[in-house]
Amino acid sequence: MSQLALDRLKATFGDAILETHSDFGDETAVVRPESWLAICRFLRQDPALQFDMMSDLCGVDYPDRVPRMEVVAHLYSLSRRHRIRVKTRIGDAELGTCELDSVTSVWRTADWLERETYDMSGVLFRGHPDLRRILMYPEFVGHPLRKDYPAQKAQPLLEYRTEEEAGLTLEKQAPFGPDEGMSFGRRTFTRSEEN
Amino acid sequence: MAKSQVTLEGSEAGFATTRLDALLNWARKYSLFQYPFVTACCGMEFMSVAGPRFDLSRFGAEAPRFSPRQADLLWVVGTISQRQAPALRRIYEQMMEPKYVLAFGTCASCGGFYDNYTTVPGIDKVIPCDVYVPGCPPRPEGALDGLLLLQDKIQRGDRKPGIVKPREDPLKDLVTLRKKEATP
Ligand code: SF4
Repeated sequence: MSQLALDRLKATFGDAILETHSDFGDETAVVRPESWLAICRFLRQDPALQFDMMSDLCGVDYPDRVPRMEVVAHLYSLSRRHRIRVKTRIGDAELGTCELDSVTSVWRTADWLERETYDMSGVLFRGHPDLRRILMYPEFVGHPLRKDYPAQKAQPLLEYRTEEEAGLTLEKQAPFGPDEGMSFGRRTFTRSEEN
Repeated sequence: MAKSQVTLEGSEAGFATTRLDALLNWARKYSLFQYPFVTACCGMEFMSVAGPRFDLSRFGAEAPRFSPRQADLLWVVGTISQRQAPALRRIYEQMMEPKYVLAFGTCASCGGFYDNYTTVPGIDKVIPCDVYVPGCPPRPEGALDGLLLLQDKIQRGDRKPGIVKPREDPLKDLVTLRKKEATP
């Protein structure tokens, strides 16, 4: 696999490239958030690189790291047939501010992918034309893929039926427990029980 | 004249007596028009149930109606996300009485392994449900068992939720396997 993209990036942007590696043939560059847009534009436009397809964009939350949020973009060049992964790190420990420049002007795909990243991880993209939730409903509060979102917390759109209304227990495990004559059912094992 | 194979109460005397509701229930149970609310992977298994090999039409339940107003039986097949719940309830409300609901698969029955922010933990949280068919996905035989259970319930006029039991208890084998491992 070619080092080409990483070498070109380092030659052009110097300090703005914080780390690079190409383990297992996956070229990865971690860049400064201030240069995010410029670097993305360069990757798309440079005649030797031509990363004309954005395969994916997502946010990764590292709760005990500052900057806490990592935004990862996976790029592919249809003409050159090579890939690169570009990462940047933003946000303070509480994720009070978590902003990044939008790259919708570089790849049209970034529109929905940035909406997804905003929806799931709460990254605010500056300059995005229409930054709304895309997977969750507008009434949803919070960003579910942040590590401080409680794992079991649901925000139902409809109020659940009450047990009186339903005339049966609506406990989550029902109806697949031992009461129904089945030896299996959903239940949470604790470590000590397992051993 | 050869004696008829069908014997109804009193038919020896040339009359058939039955209660009107029993007759109606009998008619209902063999003419279920279904509305398939198919959202996820269980749909594949549903297609096989509806297809020629397992053949839902043997039970008089093959006619799909893609308008809830013409359907009697709502098959909820697959994962229902919180976002879909209003649509599901609306479909249910649009159906005419008498209406029946069958939860196909673990996701529809109790949320399955989606124990998180996305999924309704069982459709009984938003609409009443008559029959639960467990399995991820259930085998077509399981779904047919569910349908037969529903027909039985319709005949008896019983609206208490029923669960399709597995034909074999999967944990039995699992336990013996573990035991074997433990005593070499
Ligand atoms: S029960 Fe299993 S097969 Fe069915 S929808 Fe859920 S995950 Fe898919």
